[in-house]
Amino acid sequence: MDFDMTPEQELIIQNVRRFVREEVIPLEEKMDPDASAPPPEDLERLKNQVRDMGLYGLGIPAEFGGPDVGIVTQTLMAIEMSQHRGGLYSPCFGAFGGAGLAQLFEATDDQKERYLYPVLKGEKHGFFGLTEPSGGADPARAIQTRAVKDGDDWVLNGAKIFISGADKADFGILFARTDPDAGRGGITCFLVDTDMPGFHVRRVVHTLRSTHYATEIQIENLRIPAANVLGEVNKGFGIANDRLSRQRIPYAAGCIGVAIKAQEMAVDYVKIRETFGAPLASRQSIQWMIVDNEIDIRTSRFVTLDAALRSEKGESFRTEAAMAKLLASEAGGRVVDRVMQIHGGYGMTKDLPLERWFREMRIRRIGEGPSEVQRLVMARDIIGGSFH
Amino acid sequence: MSIRLEKPWLALTSENVNQLQGQLGVYQIANSEKEILSIRYAGGRSLFGLQGELTDLLEKNLDETLYFRVEVNMQYMTRHEELLMIHMADFGELPAYNQEMRKHKLGRLSLS
Repeated sequence: MDFDMTPEQELIIQNVRRFVREEVIPLEEKMDPDASAPPPEDLERLKNQVRDMGLYGLGIPAEFGGPDVGIVTQTLMAIEMSQHRGGLYSPCFGAFGGAGLAQLFEATDDQKERYLYPVLKGEKHGFFGLTEPSGGADPARAIQTRAVKDGDDWVLNGAKIFISGADKADFGILFARTDPDAGRGGITCFLVDTDMPGFHVRRVVHTLRSTHYATEIQIENLRIPAANVLGEVNKGFGIANDRLSRQRIPYAAGCIGVAIKAQEMAVDYVKIRETFGAPLASRQSIQWMIVDNEIDIRTSRFVTLDAALRSEKGESFRTEAAMAKLLASEAGGRVVDRVMQIHGGYGMTKDLPLERWFREMRIRRIGEGPSEVQRLVMARDIIGGSFH
Repeated sequence: MSIRLEKPWLALTSENVNQLQGQLGVYQIANSEKEILSIRYAGGRSLFGLQGELTDLLEKNLDETLYFRVEVNMQYMTRHEELLMIHMADFGELPAYNQEMRKHKLGRLSLS
């Protein structure tokens, strides 16, 4: 594997690093320590800067006007973009845009007109509605939201939970069971407008993350035209699963970026903080923490870039993506924890970003599939078969 | 659990404000009719948390008799946004002194 950056990648990474340090972090210093969005006028200014860099709309295919940045470069960028206080869940405040719901690139022409193109123009926002109160780790079997054919329409009833952005979205990609006896082969994906009668966002779900809350959705006799089926009937799980695998790589990259930033803070701090007449850097217990951090960061980065490289080459990357997600989210948590320990009392305060990263990093071991499911995915690939 | 903030209103006096701790959280301000005028939070940059925020308001010596109620909450940002959404769902508009939030895209709740 060759992880040396190309000259173009090096230039992009230098630009992104400068952008984070000179544009994002200074704004963040004026914001609440838990905030994730600057004033709208500042965000617009940042987006214009990103457009000038030619990097706006990461992940959008070139044929749809995106910057045509490969997944390896995107991963390297994601590692840089998360290196600020709000970077784990709001890298660069979203100034780089993104593909959003990538499933829409596979939509019909009519669906693209109604949903994809308005999303790409920033006119519409969507949500991804998969997880239900019955469980999120095994969505194919846990989905109980039912869709029943009624004439040319489908009628949906059920509930979704831990859904980000549903309260602000214009539409969503929502998964429902269309064949109660077919397990993962009985799931269909629907495009749902949030102003349709029967769509309700019932509550905000508060979590460790003090920003970017999730929501709970109730669906009551929600009537959807057949033209809003995304993909084929009973083949919705493939759409969900594809997204879950691909999403694991940038998810891992975000954890690595935060870990790198935390490690940078630790290395600076141990040189200036003295205890019992000597800098912390001279203490073996501290040195070992710094070294363990470095091992966690480098192994996570290596495995994550390996997954990205395989994906870019068109090779199978499911095991590698699961490994990257598991490794980076757990390693990131360990790194932030050690850096808090090194900073002592200050590490617990909102003066530093560590306590926020500590809370948010804990969620990363659950979000996008918990560590245990990542191990299951890998075990299936390594040993073979499907375990029940 | 009600998602509304339903604690009893207290008069905005130094005696009542001094009872508060310096914790983080959300608070509402109302007029004498108990109509909500403002929904705010004491966040990580508030010097003395809820007490500090309300002391600042008290020191403005406003002519109007005001009332307040608070909720200690570490998730003050999401709770703040939730309370604004609840107000929108109940009254169809933001409180009079939260009009600056119009610039932000606020979510919609369908309260049952």
